[in-house]
Amino acid sequence: MPKDHGIGASPKRREDVRFLTGAGQYTDDINVYGQTYVHFLRSDVAHGRINSVNTEVASAMPGVVRIFTGADFDGIGGLPCGWQVTDKHGEPMKEPAHPVLAQGKVRHVGDPIAAVVAESLEEARNAAEAIEVDIEELPAAVNMKAALAEGAPKVHDDLSDNLCYDWQFGSDQADVDAAFEKAAHVTTLELVNNRLVANPMEPRVALGDYSRANDESTLYTTSQNPHVIRLLMGAFVLGIPEHKLRVVAPDVGGGFGTKIFHYAEEAFCTFAARQINRPVKWTSTRSEAFMSDAHGRDHVTKIELALDAENNFIGLRTDTLANMGAYLSTFSSSVPTWLHGTLMAGNYKTPAIQVNVKAVFTNTVPVDAYRGAGRPEATFQLERLVDKAARELGVDPIALRRQNFITSFPYETPVAVAYDTGDYVATMDKLEEMIDRAGFDARRKESEAKGKLRGLGINCYIEACGIAPSNLVGQLGARAGLYDAATVRVNATGSISVMVGAHSHGQGHETAFPQVVAEMLGIDESMIDIVHGDSSKIPFGMGTYGSRSLAVCGSAMVRATEKIINKAKKIAGHLLEASEADIELKDGQFTVAGTDKSVAWGDVTLAAYVPHNYPLEDIEPGLEETAFYDPSNFTYPAGAYACEVELDPETGKVTIERFAAADDFGNVVNPMIVEGQVHGGLAQGIGQALLETCSYDEDGQLLSASYMDYAMPRADDVPFYAVDHSCATPCTHNPLGVKGCGEAGAIGSPPAVVNAVIDALHSGGHTQVTHIDMPVSPGRVWAAMHG
Amino acid sequence: MYSFDMVRPTSVADAVAALGQEDAQALSGGQTLIPTLKQRLAMPSVLVSLSGIDELKGLSVSDGVMEIKGATTHATVAREGGDYPGLAALAANIGDPAVRNRGTIGGSIANNDPSACYPAAALGSGATIVTNTREIAADEFFQGMFTTALEEGEIVTAVRFPIPEKAAYMKFEQPASRFALVGVFVAKYADGVRVAVTGASNDGVHRWSAAEEALSANFAPDAVEGLSVPADNMIADLHGSAAYRAHLVGVMTKRAVAAAD
Ligand SMILES: Cc1cc2nc3c(=O)[nH]c(=O)nc-3n(C[C@H](O)[C@H](O)[C@H](O)COP(=O)(O)OP(=O)(O)OC[C@H]3O[C@@H](n4cnc5c(N)ncnc54)[C@H](O)[C@@H]3O)c2cc1C
Repeated sequence: MPKDHGIGASPKRREDVRFLTGAGQYTDDINVYGQTYVHFLRSDVAHGRINSVNTEVASAMPGVVRIFTGADFDGIGGLPCGWQVTDKHGEPMKEPAHPVLAQGKVRHVGDPIAAVVAESLEEARNAAEAIEVDIEELPAAVNMKAALAEGAPKVHDDLSDNLCYDWQFGSDQADVDAAFEKAAHVTTLELVNNRLVANPMEPRVALGDYSRANDESTLYTTSQNPHVIRLLMGAFVLGIPEHKLRVVAPDVGGGFGTKIFHYAEEAFCTFAARQINRPVKWTSTRSEAFMSDAHGRDHVTKIELALDAENNFIGLRTDTLANMGAYLSTFSSSVPTWLHGTLMAGNYKTPAIQVNVKAVFTNTVPVDAYRGAGRPEATFQLERLVDKAARELGVDPIALRRQNFITSFPYETPVAVAYDTGDYVATMDKLEEMIDRAGFDARRKESEAKGKLRGLGINCYIEACGIAPSNLVGQLGARAGLYDAATVRVNATGSISVMVGAHSHGQGHETAFPQVVAEMLGIDESMIDIVHGDSSKIPFGMGTYGSRSLAVCGSAMVRATEKIINKAKKIAGHLLEASEADIELKDGQFTVAGTDKSVAWGDVTLAAYVPHNYPLEDIEPGLEETAFYDPSNFTYPAGAYACEVELDPETGKVTIERFAAADDFGNVVNPMIVEGQVHGGLAQGIGQALLETCSYDEDGQLLSASYMDYAMPRADDVPFYAVDHSCATPCTHNPLGVKGCGEAGAIGSPPAVVNAVIDALHSGGHTQVTHIDMPVSPGRVWAAMHG
Repeated sequence: MYSFDMVRPTSVADAVAALGQEDAQALSGGQTLIPTLKQRLAMPSVLVSLSGIDELKGLSVSDGVMEIKGATTHATVAREGGDYPGLAALAANIGDPAVRNRGTIGGSIANNDPSACYPAAALGSGATIVTNTREIAADEFFQGMFTTALEEGEIVTAVRFPIPEKAAYMKFEQPASRFALVGVFVAKYADGVRVAVTGASNDGVHRWSAAEEALSANFAPDAVEGLSVPADNMIADLHGSAAYRAHLVGVMTKRAVAAAD
């Protein structure tokens, strides 16, 4: 019987009532008295020297309050990068300045040159057109290989070249070399992990407000992590201490990573509001989002696998160029290194692994974490490579994977991480059960009868999430701790507000988190509300990304609730005139063990706030507890995915007929929400595999700058999914045994799709096609077939 | 957007008069024009809305000809154009419901986007474009990407489609916009077959005469087997090379013939 409440039940998402009835309160819904509007004049060239910016005429235009340029930010900090990567020579990465408004040069299409603050948005836009900008266009560094070549245009004049870092990681060189020397077979693959634009439904918005009365700044912003923004902007950019800076991220309409980072527009609105002593609001247009939201992925990789004569994986070597764009966004440097290299073992016991990554500056929008961040890049290359190896060796791709699975845990990989638990055989068994592999040949024949080709693609994935142990990431260069915090505030009548550092912007925390507290206390979920997204209301929080909310912040909430239970038992013991050690809490009743003496939850909470009969000499009145939780390891969700495609050989069009996902997320609090997260992740992974790509021309002009050219997945691009999470191996080191499910779908699905396309093409005799870069668009498939 | 004035006349005559003002522009469904205005890519002083003019709405059939008034929406044609099934099906597959409920045939024809659907139907049917001043044969009307025979201030009041024996439109969608990456409209009349291609060429919508000849002799998919269009002047972009588009013209033509009814 499925549970109908508490952990494991699937109550409908309570937040959906406001989202679906138009009652959500998003940043753009907030308007403050006296508000002004800012329009950013952005560069339309990829690279250029700013000779002059003349705002004289524009400043006199109707409605203009003030125009800011880079010069107004002299002496003000630039946007910081949160992760210091050390290269293979022990040198720190190159870390160029990232001014709020361009100073001296523009470095990508969309780089802000000036900001016009006016009484209305239209007046701001009108004045922006009257600003005279003299920019001397320079040759642009766009393609990563070309950007690293001798004599390439330099994105940052003060750096020696466009190489941010040259990173190497993994086993000893000698061990890797030896593996390749003694290999019976080596499979090699060169591939691109396509650049993506996150495209959350809600574009970014920032509203800065300033109160001269108490010298306080407030920033309302579309963020996944308001405290991180407060820390970065307050400490590094504007020099505002925490107690004078409040950051609010109200309802946020999707983030997918791109709303983690601290952006120039946030700093600008906060800064300008102080300067003009009026609120300043910016609402991104969709066109601006394409050229100012951090992009994702954009790796070019060569990967090699060494196998022995029995088809055991004995060595793996990768060489990746990772695009940083023009500046280092908040977490950009960590994505191709610690979020990517550490996952290169995948689900396999390959003993020797070496990962090489060169991060490159180019005249493009900064690139940073996007759903999965580094792990999809790792999974795609590894799982495409294993598939290619199986094909070259003429062995079954599932059998080859099974043969090389890690089967005993904990398992120390050669790439720094230790998997605490997992069962890759179980998820693969489950997957095979889900996909009716035996019936595939018949389905292929049916397709062939219609003149179509049919392919089956399988892959595994593993990811590291629940980010992250602070001491470990500190050693790896993180400039922040990655714990989280929760305060459980029990009110006098027993209702509860839980203030959490995780931010919910589609994940359903407002429903799932109360399920946990309700289960622990044995009370109804409706008595519990979650408060998040406001630095003035919650204790602290590192926010939501890396599938960390429940694993890290949920664990803090469990710890705080445990403290509540301990204190409540003391109060109950007093009320029942029994020792607290004898008090049991069940179904919201405190009972003296072995007796029928009990008091209800509400009696205890009322006593805490109306302490007439209360052990005041032993404990304080009130019932509110805070806990911070720092995990001791990452969590390692894993699974096996399968995709079945039909391919029209006349047009090259691929349609997904079936998709199955067998995931191990450890314990699951709300199965319906978990399935929703997987569905969404799969849609994004399928989007990357078949449709999406952000492309630039050689001058650095953005070609896919709107939905006319950037193909987002739509309902009819994706199939009905078969998803399962029954093969659970609970996480061993957090109190809930949960692993996180937010990114898995996006990590695991792209290789399944491409593997299926290659399988289809081979069945049609196109055996010369060993790989097609994503997106596997009809034009690319057709070109590969006829290439 | 820049500021503009807006008038909403109720007759073609008033609309034509209003369009006589400097920098005036007709606004029909707004599905092309409004995004253009929002991007500040156009700066009309006055928009003359056609949506309040009853005489520009609706469709009728007489003597084997379907006449669709200039401001008739795609949704109306999809719903009421059953006498010309190939055309109704084309209208039913333009954009999404919001686009079809606002967008109009006059706007589509006047805009002549090289990837739009209606121009293929008009050219493929040998339609007549009726304006407030004259009648123009489709063969003369479409003059290359975003270019038509329309004069400044001239309004498309109707499009007259001779109803063929059989017709079909096959659209291979560009994955992002879902406009035609290549679209082919095939119509079989008593006196011959017309084939019009959209989406593919740098010259915009055009006829494929070799296929017309072959299909006029034998209206069967096989008839175009072996025919190919040169890739020289085909559009090449993110979504497909010139050679791919040229190839798709053949595939879509065959499929349109097979689907024609
Ligand atoms: C999301 C989306 C998807 C779309 N998908 C497709 C598709 O798949 N296939 C397709 O073919 N189209 C598609 N379109 C375009 C759509 O069909 C438009 O409706 C059409 O191109 C323009 O018609 P309109 O009535 O909206 O014209 P408007 O936008 O109002 O006007 C367009 C131009 O035509 C002029 N004009 C309008 N009416 C007249 C008239 N009667 N006489 C003279 N000039 C006139 C205007 O001045 C303007 O220059 C899509 C549009 C959108 C927004």
